[in-house]
Amino acid sequence: MKIVLQNLTKIFPSRNKKSNEEVVAVNNFNFEIPDGKLIGLLGPSGCGKSTTLYMISGLQKPSSGRIFFGDDDVTELSTENRGIGLVFQNYALYPHLTVKQNILFPLQNLRGKDKMDKNAMLDRAYEAAKLVQIEQLLDRKPSELSGGQQQRVAIARALVKMPRVLLLDEPLSNLDARLRLQTREEIRRIQKETGITTVFVTHDQEEAMSISDMIVVMKTGLVQQIGKPQEVYDDPANLFVAKFLGTPPINVFSGRVKQGKLYIGEDAVMEFTNVPDQEVTVGIRPEGFILDDNGPLKCKPVNVEVMGRDVSIVSTHGASLNPLVRSIVNADNRIDITGDFVRYAVKPHKIFIFNKETEERIYFEVK
Amino acid sequence: MLLSNYVDAFTTASLGVLFKNTMIVGIVSTLLSLVITILTAFAFARLEFKGKELLFAALLATMMIPGELFTITNFATVTNLGWRNTYTVLIVPFLVSVFYIYLLRQNFLQIPNELYLAAKVDGTSDLKYLWKVMVPLSLPTLISITILKMMGAWNSYIWPRLVANDEAHRLITNGLRNAFTDTTGDVNYPVQMAAVALVSAPLFLVFVFLRKYIMSGVSRSGIKG
Ligand SMILES: Nc1ncnc2c1ncn2[C@@H]1O[C@H](COP(=O)(O)OP(=O)(O)OP(=O)(O)O)[C@@H](O)[C@H]1O
Ligand SMILES: [Mg+2]
Repeated sequence: MKIVLQNLTKIFPSRNKKSNEEVVAVNNFNFEIPDGKLIGLLGPSGCGKSTTLYMISGLQKPSSGRIFFGDDDVTELSTENRGIGLVFQNYALYPHLTVKQNILFPLQNLRGKDKMDKNAMLDRAYEAAKLVQIEQLLDRKPSELSGGQQQRVAIARALVKMPRVLLLDEPLSNLDARLRLQTREEIRRIQKETGITTVFVTHDQEEAMSISDMIVVMKTGLVQQIGKPQEVYDDPANLFVAKFLGTPPINVFSGRVKQGKLYIGEDAVMEFTNVPDQEVTVGIRPEGFILDDNGPLKCKPVNVEVMGRDVSIVSTHGASLNPLVRSIVNADNRIDITGDFVRYAVKPHKIFIFNKETEERIYFEVK
Repeated sequence: MLLSNYVDAFTTASLGVLFKNTMIVGIVSTLLSLVITILTAFAFARLEFKGKELLFAALLATMMIPGELFTITNFATVTNLGWRNTYTVLIVPFLVSVFYIYLLRQNFLQIPNELYLAAKVDGTSDLKYLWKVMVPLSLPTLISITILKMMGAWNSYIWPRLVANDEAHRLITNGLRNAFTDTTGDVNYPVQMAAVALVSAPLFLVFVFLRKYIMSGVSRSGIKG
């Protein structure tokens, strides 16, 4: 089932009567989430991800705007009647109930035609537990589980009633790296299997990129960009998005365009046909550098980090806005950093320029 | 420790009736009081309504008036209502205890808000959430309230003496005093002590049974952090 968000806005009134600083947690969010897709909602802490999720779930009322599930306007519908599953940022398991009772809980509340008999409920609960591999833990209390196990119980509880929409608020934040990887694959698999439209909140861009059909990047309540993960990565709309996606992060330089040439410091790295002269901010992805003894960009080498298949060269540059410039090159390259400079050529499609003030992308054509 | 003392005690004081009366008053008032306390505490902890804070402050303020001050007005009121010498008069005036409401409300407030939201997502109504989540999580407090209330009923003396001291409704404390001091003024201590022991037993049992719940508490670690 598709979800449509129309001019969705949430404003929290200020607590303090004297100052009128209201918080605009979500600002005019428009998006149509296609049926059966997994959407990654991505952004730094406090940007309104949870608030968006809570509005979709009905736990918080939008200040303005509308929400549709399919063709039904659910903006006024209470949470109980929306048929959603939600995994909370802090699990929110019922501490006095066992794992089994926790998973059964949503089923026991079904009314009317959905009402199930006891055995059917047990079957479903067991199935859900199996999906997240906690069958052996069914008789424990939440306090007797590790963080990761609690998280999986929360996922099972959200899935058990086969919700129309599944909402996940940072469901992997408490898992160790390996389990995190495994669980996110699992969430992806479960989502594909069940075809439930899913919104997945995270501030980990890698997590969002790896499992989402589409990602939404947010900043202080405003949607920055929406698109397929690879498209957003390859074609960021502004500096914030460019910086937010990618590990290691993009290298940022202050630069300027003069007579069709892009200068970083004194180094003229590229030529354009269509950009007027101005000061700009330049972003170069780490994989956008090519080692080239005659390359235009001269950096002072600091260190080489071997990462298996690839090698990361750490260097400095006078115009860099970060302390270090990090490039990733193939380990087959013979790397010599004994000289005063390492010289790079750059791949044009890995370099972005942004307006210095607005930080919006400036599109260019390579000469 | 003669067994006959216990038998004597039971018959002279007609402990059977006294027990029955006290049980009825104790159990009914405890149950009703629990229901009222739970619902009121829920309203103050969970519901949003106009003047909530003010109303709660007003309730708390009534705790500053000593109970003895009420006795005379209460006596007048129940007499007017024609409630003298009934169970009602022993139960109703003490059903609402601001202190218990306060205690339970504080307990309710400690339950993380996410549990409420989770229960909403899981399709529960407010009342069902109260019953299936808040009450079980506040069990230690509720049991303390039960014990205190039971003890209160068991030990009450002045009010029952004033308003319901007929044979049919007399409670155990007054019964004990009357039975062993009325006639001669000469107290038969062995028998009276036996009676006292008998009378204390139920309360003792209640405590022993519920102790486990008081001590254990309920862990709240369904929440991260
Ligand atoms: N009940 C509330 N009252 C007032 N302000 C709130 C409330 N809930 C959230 N906010 C504010 O709204 C903004 C967005 O909060 P939200 O919880 O949606 O962030 P988030 O993106 O989920 O962050 P995180 O990654 O840390 O969970 C924050 O600035 C927060 O302080
Ligand atoms: Mg959040």
